[in-house]
Amino acid sequence: MNVLTAREAGLVSCHRCELVHDQGVARCRRCHAHLSSRKPYSLQRVWAWLIAGIVAYIPANLYPMLVTRQLGTTHEDTIVGGVIVLADTGAYGIAGIVFFASVVVPLSKFGVIALLAWSVTRPNSLSQHSRLHLHEVIEFVGRWSMIDVFVVALLTALVQLGAAASVHPGPAAVCFALSVVFTMLSAQAFDPRLIWDRPDTSPKET
Amino acid sequence: MAVAGQDDDVSRSCGAGLLSRIDYLHPMTLLACPSCDMLHDVPDLPQGRRAYCLRCNHMLVSGRHTSLDRTLATGFAIAILIVFALFFPFLSIEELGFSNTTTLLGVAAAFLDGWLIPLTLAVTASIVAIPLIRVALLIYALFPIWRGRPPAPHAARAFRWSEALRPWSMAEIFVLGAAVALVKVADLATIGFGPAFWAFCAAVFIIAFERQITDAASIWSMLDNEP
Ligand SMILES: [Zn+2]
Ligand SMILES: [Zn+2]
Repeated sequence: MNVLTAREAGLVSCHRCELVHDQGVARCRRCHAHLSSRKPYSLQRVWAWLIAGIVAYIPANLYPMLVTRQLGTTHEDTIVGGVIVLADTGAYGIAGIVFFASVVVPLSKFGVIALLAWSVTRPNSLSQHSRLHLHEVIEFVGRWSMIDVFVVALLTALVQLGAAASVHPGPAAVCFALSVVFTMLSAQAFDPRLIWDRPDTSPKET
Repeated sequence: MAVAGQDDDVSRSCGAGLLSRIDYLHPMTLLACPSCDMLHDVPDLPQGRRAYCLRCNHMLVSGRHTSLDRTLATGFAIAILIVFALFFPFLSIEELGFSNTTTLLGVAAAFLDGWLIPLTLAVTASIVAIPLIRVALLIYALFPIWRGRPPAPHAARAFRWSEALRPWSMAEIFVLGAAVALVKVADLATIGFGPAFWAFCAAVFIIAFERQITDAASIWSMLDNEP
């Protein structure tokens, strides 16, 4: 296929509204967004936010997410501990959702972003289409990790029953929320155009 | 340059009719694929026809046409429902004679213990402030056009922000979180649903609907007349 990119044609398309301009124009004439052919410092920002996200994820799993005081006893739950409690009470579906959103999604997101950022600078065996697909999936599911933070917020606001039962947030709630925000910023900083800027070196699909 | 692959859901004419000309005379029909930067010369398509990038298959033209009536109606509905949900009871709980009722603002203010305050800001922003700001920007950008007037000052900028804030509006995730929280306390205490709970659920459905019926490209072309 004969591919001509906007950059090769001396054009730049607005990242926000997709209006095409000549290169050298600083701001979009329609929506006034800053114009750049590729997101500036894309990979540096991807790595920086990703490392911040991973660092925040560690205390998020070590410290308690939720502190429950019930009739004089205090119980602290980490993220994984909370999932186990849910599974013990028989709520396997909900336990699955929380485990997926709080453990599977963040960990696979770290892996996928690292893989994407690493592979644009090196020849690799993963085809461009599958990398683009990974990027779309990760942008879509990443936000859903926030679910556990909202659970903690709701329980804290709701379960305030004096001596009978009360729920308080643990330090992990802050770390976890930060980790989700940092990884979202990391995924947004990645410019999918970088995937296509190098010729595809993977074995051709037939 | 290539003519974008079109599709009416069944047939795809990818690769057909490749043109190798650069048409600087009609820059409005020139589109660079947002995910791979390949240039396409997109012809005016009848409504309902989509166009895809020939290289990466990213959808370039959704074939939808934004109806200002419907988009503005959903915008106003979302704003009213969220504001309503702010001031009415969201959930209530009862156990051993103790009871507690929380509003949405109570949830947002759940983390008021000193160092947890950033979390309060994040929760307030993602479930209340950002959805409301998004809708306000959308109405600001579109309402004058709907009235047949020229676009408001900075209307395009407002719409750009409304789109940029989309991933940070997390109302629907909050509703799923509420479901999880309810399961967690179901055997601990008795739960009551307040009117705000249902209003917020309705808002989430309408936000999803608004996303389905709003096509950014057609709004951009309406805003093009901005002075
Ligand atoms: Zn623009
Ligand atoms: Zn493309």
